[in-house]
Amino acid sequence: MASPNHHERTIRKILIANRGEIARRVIRTCRQMNINTVAVYSDADADAPFVREADETVHIGPAQAKSSYLDMDKIIEAALATGADAIHPGYGFLSENATFAEKCEQSGIIFIGPRAETIRLMGSKIEARKHMQQAGVPVVPGWDGHLESVEHALSVAEDLGYPLMLKASAGGGGIGMQRVENAEQLKKIFASTMQRAQSFFGDSTVFLEKWIEQPRHIEVQIACDRHGNVVHLFERECSVQRRNQKVIEESPSPFLDETQRKDLCETAVRGARQIGYENVGTMEFIFDGNSQNFYFLEMNTRLQVEHPVTEEITGLDLVEWQIRVAGGEPLPLSQNEVSKSGHAIECRLYAEDPRTFMPSPGTITTLTFPAQQEGVRFDLAVEEGSRVSPFYDPMIGKLIVHGRDRMQAIAKMEQVIAELQVKGITTNLELLAQVMQNHDFRRGEYSTQLLDRMTGGI
Amino acid sequence: MSEKKSIVSPLPGVFYRKPGPDEEPYVKEGDKVNAGDTIGLIEVMKNFYEVKAEEDGIVVKFSADNEQVVDAGQELAVLEQED
Repeated sequence: MASPNHHERTIRKILIANRGEIARRVIRTCRQMNINTVAVYSDADADAPFVREADETVHIGPAQAKSSYLDMDKIIEAALATGADAIHPGYGFLSENATFAEKCEQSGIIFIGPRAETIRLMGSKIEARKHMQQAGVPVVPGWDGHLESVEHALSVAEDLGYPLMLKASAGGGGIGMQRVENAEQLKKIFASTMQRAQSFFGDSTVFLEKWIEQPRHIEVQIACDRHGNVVHLFERECSVQRRNQKVIEESPSPFLDETQRKDLCETAVRGARQIGYENVGTMEFIFDGNSQNFYFLEMNTRLQVEHPVTEEITGLDLVEWQIRVAGGEPLPLSQNEVSKSGHAIECRLYAEDPRTFMPSPGTITTLTFPAQQEGVRFDLAVEEGSRVSPFYDPMIGKLIVHGRDRMQAIAKMEQVIAELQVKGITTNLELLAQVMQNHDFRRGEYSTQLLDRMTGGI
Repeated sequence: MSEKKSIVSPLPGVFYRKPGPDEEPYVKEGDKVNAGDTIGLIEVMKNFYEVKAEEDGIVVKFSADNEQVVDAGQELAVLEQED
């Protein structure tokens, strides 16, 4: 895998091709590593905290993401103009765009993430399934070929048995999938799902997977260097979701015993090794709540939103690892040097009504933090007076706590939620508080259906 | 006699006149619509909300362009009711 571009290189300046809390998060680590930062920003973010906190800034266009944060050429131009050695893509936007990774490399800029070919491979859910199977990683029972027609889909579905999930191969993160109860419904939605896949992802390929009952989403954090070292940084439990989007994550998972944890994490390492992965990444698995079997779902070839829970239990800085590995250094630790302690929980703060999901853009008139407390961390995009614009994701930040055990972490989170004051916009704080008090959540016995049950479902 | 009514955006965001970039507009100026018909989409924080005609009538004019940034309460189109 060695190529002339892969020599060790000192990174002195990083352009962050992102915004909000993750841009601030990357800036924080860069500062500790004595690396200069360049923020790029749209019209909507001119006054945002991340812009003020960067060493240099480049305005890249109007509010709409496709003309700013998704405009590859403008971002690369900004990197070249400011003399940045590397680009950190954060999550979302261009972070899993293989073409962007290629363009960076062609411009002599380090893309802080895996190789373009790996991003492309894992971007196809069908290809990802095939490669994982080759590594002996279990995948959800399903069909790995292309479904050519509705007749073809019906016959495959008959063999697999309903209920099923019809998924876009180019989709991911819960977007572009639909539960199918029977042949009648499959007939009805097949064409429209293909069409949606085409218009959302530019690829109409769809496939079928068996529906897993009482599913839990558990993912494994992986880190790899270009010298062949692969380690896992344990798992994250991500089953508290709304509309297939994560809301609360924790580590360790209350669901796994030590044997299962070891099995899961080693399986993930095997999968990452199989595809010659580089940098940090996450292997997502779905657990069948009834059979206790786990299956590979997808790989996220970037830093995750919920990486702080892993940082809190391991004491590591994942952004630092990303930068070191991208510069060609070996991983800072070997597997037996990685350890965890205590329990961490992250709650995503959304600017939306938790019941209707109605987004709530506006100005944050009051933002009051809880009295400083040990083991509490805020990764926020906003501060008092910030405008939450309607153009981007409703997630405005994350509340993270670390306790010596799960009950202490829950107690800390309850206190944080009770004391944190956000006024001027509607947030999901009240729902977060209810989850912390929920009996099933407290017992650690919950599936991805928890939130729907609590809010009366949709 | 005819009465003109504004169809306004329920939220601040980006207005779209078509369901997808390569698709036909939901409604063209001069088209007849029924109450409940979708006339466009508003994208807010990565979510899409359908903008619907509240009554039967003719969409005589679009006041906002496709992909235009709009505020809550801003007029998107004018509906003319015939009686």
